[in-house]
Amino acid sequence: MIWTAVLVTAVGCYLLKLAGLSVPPRILERPLVERVADLIPVALLSALVAVQVFSSGHEQVLDARALGLGAAVVLLLLRAPFLVVVFGAAAVAAGARLLL
Amino acid sequence: MTDARLPATERRAIIRDSLGVGVATGAYGVSFGAVSVAAGLSVWQTCALSLLVFTGASQFALVGVIATGGAPMSGALTALLLGTRNTLYGLRLAPLLAWRGPRRALAAHVLLDESTAMSVTRETRAAARLGFLVTGVSIFVLWNLATLAGAVAGTTLGDPRRYGLDAAVGAAFLALLWPRLHRRSNQVVALAAAAVALGVVPLAPLGVPVLAAAGVALVAGALTRGPAR
Repeated sequence: MIWTAVLVTAVGCYLLKLAGLSVPPRILERPLVERVADLIPVALLSALVAVQVFSSGHEQVLDARALGLGAAVVLLLLRAPFLVVVFGAAAVAAGARLLL
Repeated sequence: MTDARLPATERRAIIRDSLGVGVATGAYGVSFGAVSVAAGLSVWQTCALSLLVFTGASQFALVGVIATGGAPMSGALTALLLGTRNTLYGLRLAPLLAWRGPRRALAAHVLLDESTAMSVTRETRAAARLGFLVTGVSIFVLWNLATLAGAVAGTTLGDPRRYGLDAAVGAAFLALLWPRLHRRSNQVVALAAAAVALGVVPLAPLGVPVLAAAGVALVAGALTRGPAR
């Protein structure tokens, strides 16, 4: 099942890339399409943050992951590089689990 | 736009800048590798994602949905929706790069946020192609090596929660989202999407809440229609 999802994602993502380089612009370059396509990453990434951090199965939860996210916000405000943000958040969550 | 050859100094500058972006971006394949095996994927599946999907946000999305217990196919759908932005990048780049046939087919695989950013601002076709290729190929090589390293390291760690790797996924998504939050309207969309997703969590099958949030993008795009033209 995971392999199927991996292959579907691989083929689909490649075709999406190729389409942009191949399709005549007038088919896709419309104001509504552009606005929605601009907003989709914003909405999905934000939803992924929310679900990853504040839910567990079918429940909304508040735990050490929220502290990790808080650390990520601080690190992003300090313009830390990507890896520092990701592993900094992990370290804070792991530390909180040890202490609490 | 001309096909004139690049002066050596400009050529070197483009290669240096593109390699810098390539190294910085490729390195965070380590976090993808570690997070992916923590989500339950095998090292092979993890490496296949980096080799074949090769677009970071979509890869993180697929393993993120699987990590929360969602159906792999709803993860795939989320990944594909995130991949649509590469189509827009391609539209911008097509007239600039002007590759056809097999070259275009190969170039498509390394069409990413970063390779687009490093080529779309160039003045000449030669400069655009150079920035695109050096950035895209260097990220491809490093991203895959780093993924393998992260995945192998991840399998030796044991329980990923002990190391806070479950919190790392959320931080990775936030870091990918961050540069898009400059505009006020995007902040509103982000908050609404997070609220919709969390609101749907108790009601819908796992993996669906994130897809529901894509609806926010649709509604916001339709509502913010500018003056008729």
